[in-house]
Amino acid sequence: MGNTSRFGTAQFLFALSVGILVAVVAVPMLLIFFNAFWVNGHFNIADVIRVLRQGETYKALLNSLFLSSGVTVTGTLVGTFFAWLVTRTDLPFKRTMKLLFLVPFMLPAFIGALAWKMLLSPRAGYINRLFMDIFGFDGPIFDIYSYAGIILVETMYLFPFVFIQVSGALERMDPTLEESARISGADLFTITRKITIPLVLPSILSGALLIMLYSMAHFGTVAVLGAETGIYNIPTLIYEKIHQSAGSFDSIRTATVLATVLVIAAAFILWLQNRVLSQGRYQIIAGKSFRPSELKLRGWRVPMFVFCMFYIALTIVLPTATIFMVGGLKTYGLPFVSENMTWNNYKYILFEWDLTRDAIWNSVSLGLIAALVTMFAGVIISYVIVKMKVRGKGFLEFLGMLPFSVPGSVIALGVILAWSGKFGINLYNTVWIILVAYVARYMAFSLKANSAALEQVHDSLVEAARASGATMWQALKDIVIPLVRPGMMAAFFLIFLPALRELTVSVLLYGPTTRTIGVAIYTLNEDGETVYSAALAGIALVIIVTGEILIKRLVAGKNNG
Amino acid sequence: MAYIELRQVTKYFGDVTAVDHLNLTMEHGECLAMLGPSGCGKTTTLRMVAGFEDIDDGEIFVGERCLSSKRKNFYVPPEERNFGMVFQAFAVWPHLSVYENVAFPLRIRKLPREEVEKRTKEALKNTNLLDVASNRPDDLSGGGKQRVALARALAIRPDVMLLDEPLSSLDPHFREEMRFEIKDLQRRLGFSILYVTHDQSEAMALSDRILVMRAGVMQQTGTPLEVYGEPNSRFVFEFVGLSSFIEVAFAEGGMRIGDGVYPWPGGVLPASAIRAAGRGLLAVRPFEIEFRNVDGNKGVPGIVTRKVFLGETIDYRLQVGDKAEIRVQKTRRNPGPAVGDNIKLEFPRPHWYRVDG
Repeated sequence: MGNTSRFGTAQFLFALSVGILVAVVAVPMLLIFFNAFWVNGHFNIADVIRVLRQGETYKALLNSLFLSSGVTVTGTLVGTFFAWLVTRTDLPFKRTMKLLFLVPFMLPAFIGALAWKMLLSPRAGYINRLFMDIFGFDGPIFDIYSYAGIILVETMYLFPFVFIQVSGALERMDPTLEESARISGADLFTITRKITIPLVLPSILSGALLIMLYSMAHFGTVAVLGAETGIYNIPTLIYEKIHQSAGSFDSIRTATVLATVLVIAAAFILWLQNRVLSQGRYQIIAGKSFRPSELKLRGWRVPMFVFCMFYIALTIVLPTATIFMVGGLKTYGLPFVSENMTWNNYKYILFEWDLTRDAIWNSVSLGLIAALVTMFAGVIISYVIVKMKVRGKGFLEFLGMLPFSVPGSVIALGVILAWSGKFGINLYNTVWIILVAYVARYMAFSLKANSAALEQVHDSLVEAARASGATMWQALKDIVIPLVRPGMMAAFFLIFLPALRELTVSVLLYGPTTRTIGVAIYTLNEDGETVYSAALAGIALVIIVTGEILIKRLVAGKNNG
Repeated sequence: MAYIELRQVTKYFGDVTAVDHLNLTMEHGECLAMLGPSGCGKTTTLRMVAGFEDIDDGEIFVGERCLSSKRKNFYVPPEERNFGMVFQAFAVWPHLSVYENVAFPLRIRKLPREEVEKRTKEALKNTNLLDVASNRPDDLSGGGKQRVALARALAIRPDVMLLDEPLSSLDPHFREEMRFEIKDLQRRLGFSILYVTHDQSEAMALSDRILVMRAGVMQQTGTPLEVYGEPNSRFVFEFVGLSSFIEVAFAEGGMRIGDGVYPWPGGVLPASAIRAAGRGLLAVRPFEIEFRNVDGNKGVPGIVTRKVFLGETIDYRLQVGDKAEIRVQKTRRNPGPAVGDNIKLEFPRPHWYRVDG
């Protein structure tokens, strides 16, 4: 009988997928739009424009645009230059250098901002004081509380977006494309300009757009460095509206309007990136590949190497060391001499102070649970999208795309609107609201990793299992799940590690006992507890770097086995 | 003096000697093919001539001009060598049109605009690409892309063309067509070709002279006929055509296979150096083996173990003696023996090599 049941496994999984995405992503988003556009019982676009034209909101929009454009330009230049240097020249220790340039990705930008504040704040910054007290400068040599300061600090931590894309493209590129230009008579400068750069331009642009997307929605650096001089962008203004205004209707509405702008901008950037990647991707992958010929830097070899080491020392070593050193000071502002140093701060925040102990516990448990939940939800949803033929899949695909374009502060705002009692459930000020937000925030990572893994599993593998007598569930359990396990593992870590150091989302959602590590560091700094803030940041860095290394080991071991 | 000359050219990659004191000369207008298995150093040699690899010993001259010299620590960069070069993977630039690809080397040389246009058109015409000049290379087939690469190399009217397995990425029927096109262009334009390939039929069809390489060492050079007809080692014999080998012991007045002693095939004695070893390798081309009646008194006995019809030819496998399995090919017009038949074999054109190569 060709009569299948009306509500089988496929329909169940489909309904479940739609349910998860609607509850976690769609409802919060819709509430934001609803709050932004629905005023006094009717659709009102004029009022949205009125809000946007208020001085404060207008300034936030301009600042976000200006800061993210600046970071995009500098980050792209820095990333492209270093990518070219480690793939196309005979720079010494290239492999090590390549790994070092990826380190900034591990470090949370707001911790970096904190370190730079300690070094370069106009009056108290150690470097500025050094120049003023010892070399007799009249004023600070650099004021980090400025647009330039914010752009510089964000560039240091965001340039790897471009670096990764471009060095990958340069490595995969067929070296004979450049050699044929060389034998045609072009010198290396001409080749770089006319052949190499145009061929990797799609990768450069796509990395640049990622920087822009990230920077526009970035809270930490602007919050740490801009507060003093009143520089704010969209996320920090949303934060201020939610926190300082005690939830008045007007400030929530302003926040939703700002969030809407952020979503539209993010969606536009992602759309642009998609276009760049699909139109501009040339077939430049090498066939039989000889080692690409390296540009001999000759006289520049040592200076370039020194420059790279200097850059790494300045952007990685110096801030990290500053964090640990300040974390060990008896009082902030004292010089770094041994009688001013103590281990007590570290002991205190690890073992004695509830606030910081809770923060570490909250971040670790939130990270683990969010990673597990999102990983499993991601497998199910990806399976429906990639493998199943059900009606309405297009709608699910659309819902699945949403998390990619929703910045953290928008998600946080959305869950506040959705889960503060409006639908009978009030999670506000509990740890659960952060969990819900994390699941929404990181769903994109999980969907990406899992659908990539599922696309590798050819349908014929499942068909072969069915032909061998396995049921649908047995085929899933014995064939599909083992084959996508690497994708699931990847998803887990892609969520767990960023969640550990997360600030943008949790800073909007935390309650008295539900601080995360990021929030604790940020609020301690705000309250002037600089040494405790630095000590906790130091501990966070240790946890993060250990986690990254363990996971790299684990993944490498898996691949070799 | 020869037009192109490589003297004692050597290249090391770490501990590996990729090219070992290679000497090579080429006349103006000659086409020389470097033939050998992958990893034999032929591509490295070509890249040293092109200037992409430094040399670790020796010198390279073209015309009167020294291009690389280890002794003088002198090295002309590739962009100043004025060669045309075609790569295996085409290496045409996907972001430029066909016309712009071909014009690139001319514009780099800052030729006047009319001259660029004239020469580009000429190169495009020579390679039948005028109709697609404004297309992007990715719109063309593999053969089309390789034509663009060829036109780009021709645009500067080079005296020397370096071709690095230019046909290996093409479909078989394009490959044959391009082979003749390259040969025809050379005849009309008169440039020299240094050609790298692992395909012996390509080398035979294109070149005036073949150089066979193995593990960085030149094995033999000569015209295609010489290399095919008189290979100077088992390696060359095996590499330049189909081959069958029978290992034999030497006896008084002939060779011993199994229990029997047979007269020297074709009346050809192995060289005394080979005879001195007591054993030798009889090498024959599968087409140069004659079937004889099993009851006759001429030839070495064998038994047919496989017979495959390949269209124009029939491919036999026979067991000879206890160990040797040899291939024999005949045109299909000869009704040959069947599987399991006993038969006798004669080898009118034998080659003798030492057993150890």
